[in-house]
Amino acid sequence: MKRRTLLQTGAGAAMAAAMGLPVRGDGHTPLKIGFIYVGPIGDGGWTFQHDQGRLDVEAAFGDQVETVFQESVPEGADAERAITQMALGGADMIFTTSFGYMEATNTVAGNFPNIKFEHATGFMREHDNVSTYDARFYEGRAVLGHIAGRMTKTNKIGYIASFPIPEVIQGINSAFKHACAVNPAVEMVVIWAYTWFDPAKEADAAKAMIEQGVDVIMQHTDSTAPQAAAAEANAAGGDVITFGQASDMAAFGPKPRVASIIDNWGPYYVERVQALIDGTWAQQGHWGGMPEGEVVIGEITDVVPADVKAEAEAMIADITSGAYHPFTGPIKKQDGSVFLAEGEVATDLQLVTMDFYLEGMLGDIPS
Amino acid sequence: MDLSNISPILLLASLMVAATPILLAAIGELVVERAGVLNLGVEGMMMTGAITGFMIGHATGSAALGFVGAAIGGAALACLFGILTQYFLSNQVATGLALTLFGVGLASLLGEEYIGIRAPAVASIDIPLLSQIPVVGPILFQHDAMVYVGLLIVLAVWWFLKYSRGGLVLRAVGENHDAAHALGYKVTRIRMMAIMFGGACAGLGGAYLGMVRVPQWTEGVTAGAGWIALAIVVFASWRPGRLVTGAYLFGGIGVLQLNLQAARAPIPVEVLSMSPYIATIVALVLLSARKSGRSTAAPAALGQPFHASR
Repeated sequence: MKRRTLLQTGAGAAMAAAMGLPVRGDGHTPLKIGFIYVGPIGDGGWTFQHDQGRLDVEAAFGDQVETVFQESVPEGADAERAITQMALGGADMIFTTSFGYMEATNTVAGNFPNIKFEHATGFMREHDNVSTYDARFYEGRAVLGHIAGRMTKTNKIGYIASFPIPEVIQGINSAFKHACAVNPAVEMVVIWAYTWFDPAKEADAAKAMIEQGVDVIMQHTDSTAPQAAAAEANAAGGDVITFGQASDMAAFGPKPRVASIIDNWGPYYVERVQALIDGTWAQQGHWGGMPEGEVVIGEITDVVPADVKAEAEAMIADITSGAYHPFTGPIKKQDGSVFLAEGEVATDLQLVTMDFYLEGMLGDIPS
Repeated sequence: MDLSNISPILLLASLMVAATPILLAAIGELVVERAGVLNLGVEGMMMTGAITGFMIGHATGSAALGFVGAAIGGAALACLFGILTQYFLSNQVATGLALTLFGVGLASLLGEEYIGIRAPAVASIDIPLLSQIPVVGPILFQHDAMVYVGLLIVLAVWWFLKYSRGGLVLRAVGENHDAAHALGYKVTRIRMMAIMFGGACAGLGGAYLGMVRVPQWTEGVTAGAGWIALAIVVFASWRPGRLVTGAYLFGGIGVLQLNLQAARAPIPVEVLSMSPYIATIVALVLLSARKSGRSTAAPAALGQPFHASR
């Protein structure tokens, strides 16, 4: 048995070398690329999009790579076990695709210096083999906030938030700022769900908002349940609009879903795997947005008036070209102190540490 | 803060809807545990029930048939657990955990083609006359049938365990299976029936989540509801009445805290988020603390394998 394994491995390496395929230091091919997901790939949102990125990697590299993934890995202590298991399983590179895997990813990276780790939406890079990557969701939120501010009739915009982390707070602030810019009477109703994925709870949150007069619902949780809840409310005579989150969620268009913010991870994943193959992989903190095609606004449906749609498209063009940054001063914090002076643009450091609401927001961010 | 935005009528009405899945799953597990079997596979049975119910509901266009399918699906998976633990005497804890993994995986496999598809509509039954009563009508009498089916099942279980001969036998099996066996009762057969009843109830609970609470197929729609149901059985000290209290408290405060957040009640969000868990535990502990001794004890043979030759 042992001899046969040896022969196969030897033959495989020889063949790979002959065919010009990449051969790793320990001589194996294909490269094994692992993905750790926080929800099921069928969530129709966040994890679904990461899995699309995984499929892009498979499509781009074919037999050169083998991908493995594990779904519904809880954030926290159990993540370390799951990542370690994947590392022991022979992965060459592991993408950990949720903020809560930050400590676990770095701990495991310390134990496996020869494996490359890529952690999504975090900022901790304690070892040379850990990179982080993120998308500038706030760019997309600005566009959605603009549409929301123009579309709301009750002047109440609901925001189903997950956890009070900078990524989520940026999104709330960006949406609120751009809704306020076109409709100063807007009020943001935030519910913290304390989960990324719990369809029943997300649906309950959406229903609670609708019952309290919210007519535009944004979400930073991963399932399509709020869309379904809004559709149900509309079927019962309501007038609620939503935005697809992370994925297009086109099935809920043209109403309630009137547009969407799509995370497009494929290009980044392909680029990083290519770097690994070329041997040029190096640690970095990557933060792409609309210019890189990582944040995409899905089709704006006809429920949105043409002039609003044109304004939204103009904003998309400006952000993509770099002419406009959603966090450009003057902006004040909720407590009235100055965040950005006239014409000042927020630095990335200011954004990744954002832990306050902007002026005009009601309520407190839980600590 | 604007608490006047919260409509108490709508809130209490959604409370009944929110509590139903946990209530169904928990009452099934209560019967299983009263028969002396610990089945930790509730989450798996709920997911399996959710997808089989959804598939049948989608194929036939009838939500009622969907719920029947869900009960059958849940019972079938429970049957697997029963065969392994009752006839092959496998470890109940390990088998139950495995059943959860298997059930969740099976559901996502079967559900792959159904992602995002809407469920058949579940009609609300407006009970004549009663639903016209102001305030009380919309809260209590304008729900879909499963809300009432859930409560009727609890009532039936309570009556069965307390007043019927069959319930006495089932409890005897759960307290001391050797004595029950010596009296001539078929311990394994009784336990198998209890396990399948538990599976059917869990399946109904899962289907309620997958067809009513979230009216479209979503993978992992239970998101831990099965574990909550298991915990509520223990905190309710295996009594149907307390179980209803627990499930309604948990479901109700879960909905209430979301409403309070939306209305910006002056309570920290952290406190609101943990309130369903804390309130349920405190209430059930207080309830069971009133009586001492046996009344709060677990069934004596809970989790023990039974083999007739012993």
